[in-house]
Amino acid sequence: MATWSLDDLAYWDAKIREQVDALGLDCYPQEFELCNHNDMLAYMAYSGIPSHYPHWSYGKSFEKLKTLYEYGMSGLPYEMVINSNPALAYLMRDNSLCLHVLTIAHVYGHNDFFKNNFTFKSTRAEFTIGTFKAHAERVRTYMEDPSIGADRVENILDAAHALSLQRRRNLAVRKLTPDEEREQLLGDAQPGHDPFQSVHRRPDYVEPNLQRVPLSPEPDLLLFIRDHNPYLANWERDLLTIVDEEARYFIPQIETKIMNEGWASWIHREILNAIELPQELHLEFLVRHNQVVRPTPGGINPYHLGLKIWTDLKRRFDEPTREEIRDHGQPVKSGMAKLLEVRETDRDQSFLRRFLTEELMREMDLFEYEPKGDDLVVSKVADEQDWRAVKEQLIRSVGMGGIPVIRIEDADFGHKRTLYLAHDHDGRDLQLENAEKTLAYVYRLWGREAVIETVLAGKRTLLTFNDRGFSAKPLK
Amino acid sequence: MVDTIFRPFRSSEAERSDRSAGDRLRHRQKIRESIRENIADIIAEESIIGKSRDRVIKVPIRGIKEYRFVYGDNTPGVGQGNGSSQPGQVVGRSQDEGQGAGNEKAGDRPGVDYYETDVTLEELIDIMFEDLDLPDLERKALRQLEAPRSSKRRGYRQVGIRIRLDKHRTVRSRIKRKFAVERRRRAEDEAVAAAASADDRIGATEESALDAPVEANLDLDADTIDAPTGTGLSRRFPFHTDDLVYRHVTTQMRRESNAVVVCIMDTSGSMDTMKKYLARSFFFLLYRFICTKYRSVEIVFISHHTEAYEVGEEEFFHKGESGGTFISSGYQKALDIIAERYHPSLWNVYAFHCSDGDNFDSDNTAALKAAHELADICNLFGYGEIKPLGSRYYESSMLNIFRRLDAENFQTVLIERKEDIWPSFKAFLAKDKQQD
Repeated sequence: MATWSLDDLAYWDAKIREQVDALGLDCYPQEFELCNHNDMLAYMAYSGIPSHYPHWSYGKSFEKLKTLYEYGMSGLPYEMVINSNPALAYLMRDNSLCLHVLTIAHVYGHNDFFKNNFTFKSTRAEFTIGTFKAHAERVRTYMEDPSIGADRVENILDAAHALSLQRRRNLAVRKLTPDEEREQLLGDAQPGHDPFQSVHRRPDYVEPNLQRVPLSPEPDLLLFIRDHNPYLANWERDLLTIVDEEARYFIPQIETKIMNEGWASWIHREILNAIELPQELHLEFLVRHNQVVRPTPGGINPYHLGLKIWTDLKRRFDEPTREEIRDHGQPVKSGMAKLLEVRETDRDQSFLRRFLTEELMREMDLFEYEPKGDDLVVSKVADEQDWRAVKEQLIRSVGMGGIPVIRIEDADFGHKRTLYLAHDHDGRDLQLENAEKTLAYVYRLWGREAVIETVLAGKRTLLTFNDRGFSAKPLK
Repeated sequence: MVDTIFRPFRSSEAERSDRSAGDRLRHRQKIRESIRENIADIIAEESIIGKSRDRVIKVPIRGIKEYRFVYGDNTPGVGQGNGSSQPGQVVGRSQDEGQGAGNEKAGDRPGVDYYETDVTLEELIDIMFEDLDLPDLERKALRQLEAPRSSKRRGYRQVGIRIRLDKHRTVRSRIKRKFAVERRRRAEDEAVAAAASADDRIGATEESALDAPVEANLDLDADTIDAPTGTGLSRRFPFHTDDLVYRHVTTQMRRESNAVVVCIMDTSGSMDTMKKYLARSFFFLLYRFICTKYRSVEIVFISHHTEAYEVGEEEFFHKGESGGTFISSGYQKALDIIAERYHPSLWNVYAFHCSDGDNFDSDNTAALKAAHELADICNLFGYGEIKPLGSRYYESSMLNIFRRLDAENFQTVLIERKEDIWPSFKAFLAKDKQQD
C-alpha cells in the first residue's frame, strides 16, 4: 500500500526543519501520529482532542463527516494539528509521500503560529491535553454518579454548548475584578476636565448605580450564570466552567482562521520550493497546493485569502512598487521580518484591516452580496467607490464577527430575578428560531425568566422565555 | 532546531478504539425519540403509505439540532468572484441553515428547522409500534396452527428404517463386539486347554446365541467370507442386530401463528380519492401492525357498493367508484370468505371496514346483523367512518346504527383528516387491549 516508510518521513522532516530554522520560525516540539481514516474522522469530530468528554453532538458530527466522506462529498483534511505543547498532529496513513511532505511543512506553520500569535497566549498550550483529559474525567464522574446521571449531565451540556461562544472575545484584555470595575464606574461618573469651566454650566454629577448586577454589561453568559444562580449544584457549575474553558481554548483559532491557514500555506510553499523535491513529487505538490489554495467561487477560502495577503505583504517590503514607496516611504525592514512581526501581533480582523489592499481586493474580485427574496444578489463590488464598504463587510463577518454580541444587562430585571440580555444589533438580525431555542437554554440554566432585547426587521423587540414558553413583543 | 517525533500507525489500537461509539449511539437514540414524538405527523405524510419494507424514507425530525444565537436572513456576506462580478448579479440562493439544497419550491420553506434523517420503513414501523404493547394480542396468538417445519437429527437408535442406517457406526460397533468376543474366546480356550471341564457346554450355547440371529436378519454374504478360511482365528463374525445403528430423526412441530386481515371498503359513488386515501392509510397501518405480531399474515381485499367482490390490491385502491351502497353485501362476502378459507379455529381474523357511512337505509338492519356475525368470529372488527372535515353534518352516518352493536371486540372510529389516522388507529387497538 504505502510507497513510503517512516524513514522517508524522517528524512524529509529533517530537511523541512532546516528550512523552518532558516525562515526564523519558532516552534513547539512537534509530534506526528499516523492514523487511518476512521481515526481521522474521530479526531475531527472531537476537534483533534485525544481525550474529550462525551456528548451526543460529537456522535452527530462524526456521522455527518463519515457520510460526507463516504459519499465523496468532501475529502478528509490532509492533516490535523492541535494547539498544544508539544504540538500534536495527525497524518493520514494512506496519503502519498508528497502529501506527507506538504503536510509536515504546513504543520510547522501552524505550530509556529500557535506558539507566537498573541491570541494564543492565554490558551496555556502545555496543559492542553491534560486539561481536556481532566474535563473528560470530571464529566464522566458526574455521569456515573448515581445521584446525577447521564441525562442530567446532558441536559446541562446541551444548554451550555448553545451559549459557549457568548463570552468575551479578546482574551488579551483582562477581565476587571468587581472592585476595579466599581472604581472605573466612579471615575467615569466624574465630570471631565473642561478648559472653559468659568463660562460653562457645571455638569451634574450623576451617581453611578453600584447596586446593579452586573455593574457593566457582561458578555460571559455561562460564567455569569455560574456565579449568580444560587440554585445550581456544584457539579452543574463545574460543567459550565468546563464548557466555557473549552470555548476559550477554541476562540483564538476562530479569530485567526484566515491568518493561520494563510500563514501555514505560505510556509509550506516556501519550504517545499526550497528543499529540492524530486520532480515527480514536486509536480504532485503543485497540484495539491493549488487544490488547497484555490479560490471558492461565491465564497471565501481562508487558505486562498490568507496566502494572498501574506504573499503581498512580503512583496511590499521586499520589492515595493514606486507608488508604494511614494505613499509609504522606503520599507525599514525585510519582508520576512515584517511577516514574523505580523504573525505575532494580529488577528483576522486587524490583519484584513491593515493589509487587505484595494488592489488585492480588485484582483480577487471580492464582492458583497445581500439576500433578496430567495436569491443572493451582489450588492457591491470592490470598485473605487465601494471597496471600503466591501472590506468592512468582510471584516465584520470573519472570526468571532459571525457570532452575535449579546450581553447581560441586568440580572434582576423588574425585581423578579429576570435575566435581561441585550443584543448589540449591527444591522444583522438574529435568526428567530435559533434565538427562541437558545433563549430556552438560558432559561434552563438561569432557572427564571430570560429575556433578550434585539431588533427584528427594524423594530426593537423583546423576546421572552419563561415558564409559559416563548413570546416576542415589540418595544416602544 | 525543534524536536520531532513520529509515532507509527498501530493497527491493533485503531481497530480496538472506537471512541465515538457511545456518542453515536446516544445521537441515534435522540433521533428515535424525536421520530417517536412526531410519529403522528410522519404517518400523516402520504409518502410512507404503501411502500415496501426496506425502503428508505426521509423523515423530518426536530429537536436534535444544536441551537445557538446566530445571525438570520438579512445577513450580507462577502464572496469572491471570477473577475467580472457586477452589482445585481445573482450569486446563489439564500438557504436556511440545516436545510439541504433540495428541490424546495420557492416560498414554501417552513419557518422551523428541518433536519432530515433516513430510516427504513421497517425501523419506522418498529418505532411506531414500540409503545403499543398489546398483551392480549400475545395471548391470543396462542391460537395457532401446528405445522411441521423441519427434520432434525437427534442422536441414534437401534431400530429404524433402512435408509437411515449409519454404516460407519454400525461397522464400528461390530468391531467392538468382535474384540470383546475374541478376548473372551481366548480366555475360554485357555480355560478349556487348562481344565477341559464341564464348562464346554455353556460356551457352545453362547456361541450359537451370538451367531444365529444375524444370519436371519442380514443378507450379508457371511458364507463367502467364512468359506475359505475356516480356521479358529478368522472365524465367521457376521453383523448382529445389536450392531445396527440408525440415525434418529425427529420432525419438529412449530406453532404457526396465522392472521388474516380482511379489508373491506366501500367503493360507492360517494367515496372520493381523499376518502380512499384515508382508508388506505388506515389499512396500511393495520396490516403492518398485524405483520409485527404474527408470522404469516394474509390479506383479503373486498370492495363493495351494492354488491361485493374480492379484488386485488391494485384494484382495491384504484378502482373507479360507482353505484349505491349496501354495506351488508361487503360483510356477507367477508363472512363467506372466512368460512371458506380462514376458519376462525385456525386463523386470527382482523376485519376492518371503511366507508363514508352513506348506506342505503333499507340495508341498515341487514348490515347490523352481518356485523354481529363478523364480530363473533373476528379477533377484532372495526368500522371506520371517513368523513372529510365538515361533511358529517349533512351526510348520513352508520356510527349511530353501529352503536347498537355492543360486541366487545367491535370498535368504530371517525376519521376526518389525515392527522386523525394515528389516534384512531390507537383507539381501535385499545379496544383490543381492554377486552379479556
